[in-house]
Amino acid sequence: MGAIKKIQYNCREATYLIEKRQHVRLSIKERIHLLIHLSGCSVCRLFQQQSRMINRVVKGMFKETAGEERRLDEDVKREMQDKINERLTR
Amino acid sequence: MAKIAVLEPRQWVSLYADYLYSYAVARLGDEEQARDLVQETFLAALERTEQFRGESSERTWLTAILKHKVIDVYRRRNSGLRATGGADRPEMDGTDREPEQEFFEADNGHWKEAYAPRALGIEDADPLTNKELGSILQRCLQKLPALWFSVFSMKHMDEAATEMICDQLKLTPSNFWVIIHRAKLNLRACIQKAWV
Repeated sequence: MGAIKKIQYNCREATYLIEKRQHVRLSIKERIHLLIHLSGCSVCRLFQQQSRMINRVVKGMFKETAGEERRLDEDVKREMQDKINERLTR
Repeated sequence: MAKIAVLEPRQWVSLYADYLYSYAVARLGDEEQARDLVQETFLAALERTEQFRGESSERTWLTAILKHKVIDVYRRRNSGLRATGGADRPEMDGTDREPEQEFFEADNGHWKEAYAPRALGIEDADPLTNKELGSILQRCLQKLPALWFSVFSMKHMDEAATEMICDQLKLTPSNFWVIIHRAKLNLRACIQKAWV
C-alpha cells in the first residue's frame, strides 16, 4: 500500500489528530496527513463535527453546574455548619 | 488577624455549600462522595484561614481547595491503572487494559463498519437548549473508565493545561492524547447508540 493510500485509509490516526487539534497546534506532517485524509473521508468529517458538538455540550453542562443546579439536603447542611461551628468554638 | 476578618465561616454552608456540591458532583459523578468532599473542604479551609489573602473571593478560595480534593480522588481512583510509555505505538500503551470496543480495523486503521459514525442530525446542536443530549452525555461520561473520566473532565470542564494534568495524574503526553482520543471515541459511540 502506498504512503498516500495508507493515510487515506487510516481513520484511527485521523480521529486521533482531530482530537489533538482541538487542543494544540499540530505539526506540519500531522496537518498534511489530516488534510489528505479528511479531503477523501466523509465519515471522519462527520466524526469531527460530532466531536466538536460533544465538546460544546460538555462546556454547556459545566456552565449549568455553575448556576447552582444541585441543592444539598437541609439536614446535611445543618450538620456541616454544626461541625464548622464546633471547630470555631474549640 | 485582619485577614481572617474577610472570611465568615459561619456563613459558608448557607452561601457556598450548594455551589461546591454541584461543582463536585459534576466532576465526580457521585453524590455521596461529593458531599463528603464539601464537608472536608470546609474543615480544611478552617485549618488554613491564615493562608487566605483576600485576593480572591471566599468562594474562589474554597473552590480551589475543593479542586485539589477532587484531583486527589482522581488519583486514588486511578492508582493501579498506571500507564507506561510507548510513544511510537500510542494505541498500545497501558490504556489497552481497559475494556473497550475496538473501533478500527487492525491492519489499516479503517473504521469498522459497525462502529462508523452516522449522521445523528444533532451535529449543530445548541447545548443550552438541548437538555436531552446533555443527560445522555452525562450518562455516557459515567461509563468511561475512571482514568479517562478524570482526564476528560479536567481538560474540558476546567480547561486545565495539558502539562498540569499529566503532572497531577502522572501521565506521559503521549498517554494523555491516547486517553483524550479513546474517551471521545467511546463517548461518541455511546451517544450514537442512545440517540438512534
